[in-house]
Amino acid sequence: MAKITFREAGGSEHTIEIDNGLSLMEGAVRNMVPGIDADCGGACSCATCMVYVPPEWADRLPAKESSEEAMLQFCPHATAESRLSCQITVSDALDGLRVTVPESQH
Amino acid sequence: MNDPLIIIGAGQAADQIVASLAQNGYKAPIVVIGEEPHPPYQRPPLSKKFLAGEMAVDRLYLKPAAFYDKAGASLMLDRRVTNIDRATRTVVTGTDARLNYATLVIATGSRPRRIALPGTDLDGVLYLRTIADVQAIHSRFQPGKRLVIVGGGYIGLELAAVAVKHGLDVTVLEQVPRLMARGVGPVVSNFYARLHARHGVKVHLSTAVTGFEGAGRVERVACADSHHAADLVVIGVGAVPNVELAAQAGLAVDDGIVVDDQCRTADPAVYAIGDCASQMQPLAGRRLRLESVDNALSQAKAAAAAICGRPLPPPQTPWFWSDQYNVKLQMAGLSAGHDEAVVRGDPESGTSFAVFYLRDARLIAVDAVNRVPEFMASRQLIAQAARPPADRLRNEGIAMKDICG
Repeated sequence: MAKITFREAGGSEHTIEIDNGLSLMEGAVRNMVPGIDADCGGACSCATCMVYVPPEWADRLPAKESSEEAMLQFCPHATAESRLSCQITVSDALDGLRVTVPESQH
Repeated sequence: MNDPLIIIGAGQAADQIVASLAQNGYKAPIVVIGEEPHPPYQRPPLSKKFLAGEMAVDRLYLKPAAFYDKAGASLMLDRRVTNIDRATRTVVTGTDARLNYATLVIATGSRPRRIALPGTDLDGVLYLRTIADVQAIHSRFQPGKRLVIVGGGYIGLELAAVAVKHGLDVTVLEQVPRLMARGVGPVVSNFYARLHARHGVKVHLSTAVTGFEGAGRVERVACADSHHAADLVVIGVGAVPNVELAAQAGLAVDDGIVVDDQCRTADPAVYAIGDCASQMQPLAGRRLRLESVDNALSQAKAAAAAICGRPLPPPQTPWFWSDQYNVKLQMAGLSAGHDEAVVRGDPESGTSFAVFYLRDARLIAVDAVNRVPEFMASRQLIAQAARPPADRLRNEGIAMKDICG
């Protein structure tokens, strides 16, 4: 279980608890965090669950696979801090993580 | 009193239109009527992770119960609509209850195409569409059992991949000479035939089934020139749209329920979205019914915007995906009517490649096998009606990012 904060582009924050084993995306959707569309349901095929992860957390997350890296390259609002939240599996190690949700996934 | 907006069907399109109506500030009550006992859930994992036992039922559910409450939507599950009366704006459900609507959204989806052959009523002959279907398959899904899959489309092949990995003895019987023939080009079909053979699946092409045999329980699948022993048969030969309610209500049906670019039928109070709707597809230049998550979501978003008097979202390039083994197939656009197919990468010896389909030099579709950049770049290029030169598409030395410009 990890307590994770999602910050909307407008500044509102949602701090939620996500069970280990779920993805960050699933946790966000279950808790109705706005801005995580997740059209493909976590198959790493749509790039609509993108979040920005601050640099101090980047190394503490599971590394990107090549498909995630490639999806992000073509994601309209992606930066070096972007991750696809469906590809991040939650564990205790993520407790305290804060991510930002883009204004739009399209 | 305000009559509610009623959605018939509780699949992914229904779920998305509830979300999009809420986002657009829709205030009237919403009623979602679903035939299955489950709230809206994801179907794609049914033939993948859920079948493999890697995902619990509640992980399939698209939204928590609180989401529907907040959106002002009540779910009436395990309930079948038997009639639509447009004159009185009423739907009748199986329990003979009548409900009035202000706006009606038909999101009834599709069902597996049944085949009319001797023996389909034998125990152990199954279809795959719902959670209940997968649970029925699961109870017989044991290592060493002989599974015969009728139909070499996405569902059949995803099932084959999971089953062979689980230790079942798997045979795929496909009537036409290649796999996934409706969805992908021959180069991709051939790659997947080799992929499945390499994993130990027995793929028989150009093989028409003539019937199922057994004493009460299926034991054999009969074909014109062969027999295949079976403990379990799953039939995956496409889907047919659930359009009967709409047709009975006098709405135009042409394969799917005929709708305009706002997903509206000829009756301004009635919309249709998802697998059951037939809409003009600019890329194909004709009216088509698409069976995909992407189409369900796009049409739900368009209908919600129209209902709320908002501008329609810009049209998106249709896209699809299929996961088999560790190979990701991503498709964008519609390839029908292409006059050139350009291959990037080596489908013969490699594990990743893409096929671009061009019509009058315009890129209209891509099949990308473990090639995310080709898929993502093509979605943009197709939407822009771009004419990328074939020799650049073929040239692996040029990054897709650079072809996008």
